[in-house]
Amino acid sequence: MNYRGFTIRLLAAAAVLGAWASGASAQDDKVFKLGFVAFLSGPAAESFGKPAWDSAKAVIEALNAGSVIKPYDKVGFGGMKIEVDLIDENRGATKQVEELRNAFERDHVDAVLGYIGSGDCLAVAPAAEELKKMLVLMDCGTPRIFEENKFKYVFRSAASGAMDNIAMARYLAKQGLKVTDIGAIDQDYAWGQDSWKDFKGALAQLEPDAKAKVELWPKFGAGQYGTEISTLLQEKPSLVYSSLWGGDLEAFVLQAAPRGLFKDRLAVLSASDHVLQAVGNRMPDGVIIGARGSNGQFAEPSPINDWLVAVLAKARPGVNPVQPHYRGAQGVLGLKTAVEKAMAANGGKKPTTEELAAAMVGLEWDAPAGHIKMALGDGHQAIQSNAAGRTKWDADAKMVKLVDIVRFPAECVNPPPGIKAADWIAEGFPGAKCN
Amino acid sequence: MNLAAAILVDGLIDASWLFIVAVGLTLVFGVLNILNFAHGSLFAIGAYAAASAVGWYYGGNIGPAFFGYFMMLGAALLVAVVIGPLLERGVLRLFYRRDEVVLVLVTYALFLILEDATKLIWGVDPYYAYEPYGLLGNVSVFGLSYVGYDFALVGLALVTGVLLWLGLNRTITGKVILAVIHDRDISAAMGVNVNRVFVLAFTFGVFLAALGGAFTAPKISVQPGISISVILLSFAVVVIGGLGSVEGAAIAALIVGLARSAAIHLMPSAELFIVYLVMALVLALRPEGLFQRTTARKI
Repeated sequence: MNYRGFTIRLLAAAAVLGAWASGASAQDDKVFKLGFVAFLSGPAAESFGKPAWDSAKAVIEALNAGSVIKPYDKVGFGGMKIEVDLIDENRGATKQVEELRNAFERDHVDAVLGYIGSGDCLAVAPAAEELKKMLVLMDCGTPRIFEENKFKYVFRSAASGAMDNIAMARYLAKQGLKVTDIGAIDQDYAWGQDSWKDFKGALAQLEPDAKAKVELWPKFGAGQYGTEISTLLQEKPSLVYSSLWGGDLEAFVLQAAPRGLFKDRLAVLSASDHVLQAVGNRMPDGVIIGARGSNGQFAEPSPINDWLVAVLAKARPGVNPVQPHYRGAQGVLGLKTAVEKAMAANGGKKPTTEELAAAMVGLEWDAPAGHIKMALGDGHQAIQSNAAGRTKWDADAKMVKLVDIVRFPAECVNPPPGIKAADWIAEGFPGAKCN
Repeated sequence: MNLAAAILVDGLIDASWLFIVAVGLTLVFGVLNILNFAHGSLFAIGAYAAASAVGWYYGGNIGPAFFGYFMMLGAALLVAVVIGPLLERGVLRLFYRRDEVVLVLVTYALFLILEDATKLIWGVDPYYAYEPYGLLGNVSVFGLSYVGYDFALVGLALVTGVLLWLGLNRTITGKVILAVIHDRDISAAMGVNVNRVFVLAFTFGVFLAALGGAFTAPKISVQPGISISVILLSFAVVVIGGLGSVEGAAIAALIVGLARSAAIHLMPSAELFIVYLVMALVLALRPEGLFQRTTARKI
């Protein structure tokens, strides 16, 4: 055997591998690998997952092209191109934990942004913390994540669900809409139960005479609401409240409206802006609508909001931007702000997870839905402004417009640091800063 | 009185829907001895096909409004004719001699495949077919307003049940099917073309699933995931009624519909519990279900 030749070949191979490895490393510093998780299949895909991804994708493409307006005009994240690993949130929390581990340990993503289901958020947050990897939750509503846990590497870039129901109750009080009794219909899982509890509690503070008359708990994905509608019609509450969403809410409205459930009484649909385009003129006028933030039609005009609306009009022509679009964009822009803040602090290098997490604590940025502050959960949980309004079919525009809009500052509908949302409601919103 | 009437009417409407979606499952089990997990997917495909047909029909202002109902019926038929023989001859036939558990797994695999195929064809965006829902106006019963379409579903369930019963009990083909249900080996020995009966029964089962989906479509947003709750409820109904019994499915649908209605009106938090309580009680007292005859074991 020619040992000399073999040694030379071995050294040459090592040199090539070394060059490739250093090239790859240099390449790694020019790319930010982002895991993006949303429902791409299953019942929540149409309502939340797909719109969130459509919006995040449009924003990421624009960021990579350097075509976003100031202050987001730097290419990608701090000059690094964003590469996305897209992950489907469907099929349960156990699978999500597995997917999260794969994203970090196998695919070596730099951060994961996403998650819509509260159960998924609660499951993946401890897993990311254990791995010491950066996780930004984008959508899920449960306040328990940061009220019951302390995390270093986990953040949420949108407000928790408690704010939605406080805003609905405040809207009723502010508009002088007298409620005597309530009929509630909510899905029988955490989202529905928490929403109803928060709304009932908040309204009890603002309109103490309002009493719960009937509480209905159809299961998620029930689709048939005939008996529930009969019960509500028979009980004749002065207000019908629901936190139903997606296909369930569409079916409920399609079945309830022809039977006159929304006639001659108040109706609050706390998270429903995303069904307005689908339901169209079947949505009765005067229904009080929430959008889980100043999203969609509730967004105030601003350069970044106008930009997002224009970008989405190109990416998804004919689709009216709604809450998941806004939260998808909000998460991406928040993460970009954090990465660039960390790079400004470390001399322009790609930030480590530690640096990125430190930059995200207490971060503030301007999103299409307004100013976002990581104010709760020791700087890990965002608060944002909210709004409510009433439906009005516009026959010329062929769309449901939102009118009689009332806006609420973030500090009016979110608890201050150090107190749980439920306690804040029960104590009558101490320290709330309303306009 | 009003409450009792509401429970009765709501229960009847719910029972009609339950019967339409569950009877196909029990028929397929009766003839082919297959617990068809893919039943919910076939329901969903029926709903998608009907929503597409209705959308096309009303979108183009093609003919009189009421003809939309025939579009829905036609969509269900089309789904049955295309998918029924394909699944039965192309897949299920290959596993008839295997253990029943294998067949259950095969239909579960079909369920997963059909779910993805549905997404491949229709995507994840929702489809709507709401025009037929409002065509029949409203009906007032003891002061409560109901949509006329819901009563039309009661009629559809009755017609489906009666035609199915007559078809099985008063026609030669029906008698042959009953013979196969009773004993497929003896039927084959007597010259019955069992394979043809299998194709026919499975295709008809697919038609009934698709019919349920098609006539549910106007009330809902047709989108991924609608098959899951249907398959769970259908299983509950056919287990209570007795696997393979059409009469049992009708009575079970009525029991479940009325129980659910009473629960929602009187104790809403027990809505889910009540269905499975009924199922548990029936299984405890009659493990074979309300209407299935006890059969002698073959040696």
